Amino acid sequence: MNRGEALLLEVGAFSRRLVTRVGRASLFLGAVLRRSQMPFARPRLLLREIYTAGVLTLSIVVVSGGFVGLVLGLQGYDTLQRFGSETALGSVVALSLLRELGPVIAALLFASRAGSAMTAEIGLMKATEQLDAMEVMAVDPIARVIAPKFWGGVLVMPLLAAVFSAVGVLGGWFIGVVVIGVDEGTFWSQMQGAVSWEEDVAGGVIKSAVFGVVVTWIALYQGWSCRPTAEGVSQAITRTVVLGALAVLAADFVLTAFMFIGV
Amino acid sequence: MPDQLVVEVKGAVAGYGEEAVLKGIDCTVRSGEVVALMGGSGSGKTTLLRLLTGQLPLREGEVTVFGERIAGAKRETIQRLRRRLGMLFQQGALFTDLTVFENVAWPLREHTRLPERIVRDLVWLKLEAVGLRGAASLYPAELSGGMARRVALARAIALDPELLLFDEPFAGLDPISLATVGLLIRRLNDALGAASVVVTHDVQESLAIVDYVYVILAGRIVAAGRPEEIRASDDPFVRQFVRGEVDGPAPFHYPAPPLTRTLLEERA
Repeated sequence: MNRGEALLLEVGAFSRRLVTRVGRASLFLGAVLRRSQMPFARPRLLLREIYTAGVLTLSIVVVSGGFVGLVLGLQGYDTLQRFGSETALGSVVALSLLRELGPVIAALLFASRAGSAMTAEIGLMKATEQLDAMEVMAVDPIARVIAPKFWGGVLVMPLLAAVFSAVGVLGGWFIGVVVIGVDEGTFWSQMQGAVSWEEDVAGGVIKSAVFGVVVTWIALYQGWSCRPTAEGVSQAITRTVVLGALAVLAADFVLTAFMFIGV
Repeated sequence: MPDQLVVEVKGAVAGYGEEAVLKGIDCTVRSGEVVALMGGSGSGKTTLLRLLTGQLPLREGEVTVFGERIAGAKRETIQRLRRRLGMLFQQGALFTDLTVFENVAWPLREHTRLPERIVRDLVWLKLEAVGLRGAASLYPAELSGGMARRVALARAIALDPELLLFDEPFAGLDPISLATVGLLIRRLNDALGAASVVVTHDVQESLAIVDYVYVILAGRIVAAGRPEEIRASDDPFVRQFVRGEVDGPAPFHYPAPPLTRTLLEERA
């Protein structure tokens, strides 16, 4: 066998593994969706997940949103004033946050804070036979544990992105209006005029909802399918963060491309 | 009902990968009985338990629990049968985010619509039965191995099961906890009028409490009988196992080529 053939074999084996994994993950998502009655029939289960995935992620989302807004204010002003259009600062800050930075960065933070926690929890429950115990007690772990986490993540993600964008806008306002002295009325009215509800706000919400599905799905599947050992769980957590981030960025490109087709 | 057939396994073949772990197992468990499945690590004991809980597909043969086929049955059937059994996992498998009390209440809250007052009464009774009423507010991380096992036992009997399954209940326990868990298995089985299956390699402890023993070696039953028959057995493997001898029909060495060949190959 020469080198070319060996390489081809490697590529073939890799593709088969990849397809198998994607297939298994899709079956898993299908099972989660089919068995999603419980979180809605017992809202307390859902509320607990909204708290752990959402409320506990809020602090890093607020802090990061603030810093990103501050930087946007500085960079935006610096660029705009070269063209004498520093009055457009409000719209630049708001549009960048609503369309891109809010959904994307909030999703990255969500993957590393809430996603990793989900993977760790499921993986450890698996390693300590808690999921097996549930199954033997005639309680479906997908319906009881996975589905509430899934819907918790999906519902919370757009809210986190919205909070991120809102705090970011305040950061931009602080730098632009309070520190640099851009006219306050112009700042807000420019923003109001430039931001369209259907395109910019709704687009951002759609994006963050998709990111919520993607990140939560990856996190839960990694936990569910990990090897039930200390090493297996830690590898699954790493994969959640890495794959989650890559998937968010890739999905962002695809969604943005689709949204621009209409423009 | 005494002497009712609770578990019947006929010619069961099952496994995880290509090779079968269980290669044709026959055994029965009747109500009121405590039956031990003994064998070394990897002999297929736990696999057999997973067949009884419907967690593993059956390749050949038949496994019936409460007169119904469980392996390969529909989800609803499996769930219905699982509600009638309780299982104790090797490390307890307690929910780590819940207190001892909440752990024991968990199956009651999931499966019944009993008022909270009655749920609490039942939990106190179950905790009293395992002697851990005083530990109700502790979290699993604060329990010793033996205590965790007893809490898990209280949780397993929460719904008064008709069949109790124990996966290595004695593994890693100190002598006092070991005797306590042994006593509880016997006492709870008799109080519930249930049938119990104890998977174990702890020979002396289990021979002291069980009614019947199946000895498994490499996926087959090599001996079966009452504890005194097992003790008196002249089967070479059973003798090796009961006395804990290092070498015998179950060899000390994992299959390998002769040492000289390995050493020479290393040099080459």
